[in-house]
Amino acid sequence: MENLILMLTIFVLAIFVGFEIITKVPPMLHTPLMSGSNAISGITLVGALLSAGAQHTTLTAVLGLMAVVFATINVVGGFAVTDRMLRMFKPQQKTPAKRG
Amino acid sequence: MINLAYLGAAVLFILGLKGLAHPRTATRGNRMGALGMLIAVIATLFDRQILSFEWIIAGLIVGALIGLILATRVQMTAMPQMVALLNGFGGAASVLVAGAALLEAIHATVNNQSSPLNSQFLIAAGLSGIIGSVTFWGSLVAFGKLQGIVKDLPLRLTFLPYVNGALLLGALVLCGLLSVNPTTPLYFWLLVACASVLGLFLVTPIGGADMPVVIALLNSYSGLAGAMTGFVLNNSALIITGSLVGASGIILTMIMCRAMNRSLTNVLFGVWVPTEKGLSESEVYGGRVKSSSADEIAMLLETAQRVVIVPGYGMAVSQAQHAVRDLARVMEARGAEVLFAIHPVAGRMPGHMNVLLAEADIEYEKMQEMEMINPSFEQTDVVIVIGANDVVNPLARTDPNSPIAGMPILDVDKARSVVIIKRSLSPGFAGIPNPLFAAENAVMFYADAKQGVQDIVGALKAG
Repeated sequence: MENLILMLTIFVLAIFVGFEIITKVPPMLHTPLMSGSNAISGITLVGALLSAGAQHTTLTAVLGLMAVVFATINVVGGFAVTDRMLRMFKPQQKTPAKRG
Repeated sequence: MINLAYLGAAVLFILGLKGLAHPRTATRGNRMGALGMLIAVIATLFDRQILSFEWIIAGLIVGALIGLILATRVQMTAMPQMVALLNGFGGAASVLVAGAALLEAIHATVNNQSSPLNSQFLIAAGLSGIIGSVTFWGSLVAFGKLQGIVKDLPLRLTFLPYVNGALLLGALVLCGLLSVNPTTPLYFWLLVACASVLGLFLVTPIGGADMPVVIALLNSYSGLAGAMTGFVLNNSALIITGSLVGASGIILTMIMCRAMNRSLTNVLFGVWVPTEKGLSESEVYGGRVKSSSADEIAMLLETAQRVVIVPGYGMAVSQAQHAVRDLARVMEARGAEVLFAIHPVAGRMPGHMNVLLAEADIEYEKMQEMEMINPSFEQTDVVIVIGANDVVNPLARTDPNSPIAGMPILDVDKARSVVIIKRSLSPGFAGIPNPLFAAENAVMFYADAKQGVQDIVGALKAG
């Protein structure tokens, strides 16, 4: 029970932190925010690794392995595509090239 | 030790998201997040609980390859589909992890080993199964719709909300049954089936232009499913990250709803608030719509000092972002100031237009938010609307009975001249005519976005 309260505390506090941080993200970056936060939510991968590695029964190992594949797609794909998008956002050049 | 690693990962995730507050720091922020993930994964792999590595490594490699291929191949215009798909995979992973953890715990209990099988564990596993399944199937439908594989339903099924309510109730009852019958995994799989159907039914009736809301909401769900899995595994890293993402998705959902002037329930149940009969197309347009050509528009632009471009979904559909960049460069070379006005729900996901413009090398300082640019339309010589409709419809301000009454719009009608590049006068998602098209200061250029912009650029260069 005490453990549950502790976990709930973390849950609620993290939601507040999330609200504070996310409201500071400008609308311009909302697409990378979604793909990036999506990649972070692939942290389920940690749970998947534990399930796949524990090898209690064949069924749990198979479920765990499928979870590893799904979560890894989520993590790698999410971070990579976010990186690709963010690298495209460029500031204005200090000296704009004048062309006739 | 492993918990310290998880704490480090969580801190890196938070710092990473903080980096997204500005384009200058965003790339670094995203890489910090990736580093956090790497730390968490490596720490888990070196944990004693892992007995066999072969399959795990194989799974990691397969997943990483698929992820990398998706991430490098996907077109920027297809980003909403990509995010929907990734959301779905996250949801599926949560369901599978919860299921595997449940089976392990039951296995341990049957063999009289110590097991975490208590009501916290069971309820969390049930909720993880429900939210994860809804996310997975809902995301697949959203992906199919955005990709054009799944068509919008022609009719509104009024009974569907009741069916969905019953499915949700059924899933929750099964979750309750699971918590009092811990060793019956059948309840878990039934609950997953229930929630899967719910996910399909929830998203199927939702129309294309409401997709930004749906994707943001599913984003939030994928986070919440992860957090619930954290409760199953007693893992604080999952709880922290899951709730961060859950909060992020909810905020985006609320922003989208406000920008579309619709409540979340209306979007989810595909309801439009019934309105008094509005003006018909012939009353609004009635021969007052002026059609124009590329040459005429080029002449209009030749003297313009300040030009604002309003991109909409039409620009994404016809991949016109590079042509739009060429237009902006030609105008800038002539000494005009060119800015981009971006409505929060332009496109099929939040921030969609910004990514497309960034892809075409438009500097981010030139992309202006609605609140920032609205007061300056009166000093704007020419506004060019490219494939947008409802977000520039002045009825939102003037007609209190309109379905979009009160929706925040870009006040482009206040500019000196407005050019609308659009294939026809067909209405936008709200299904109402747009008086802007018939306004005194507006001209229509009937063309595909890309072709139309290219023609204007050609005429400008020739003239």
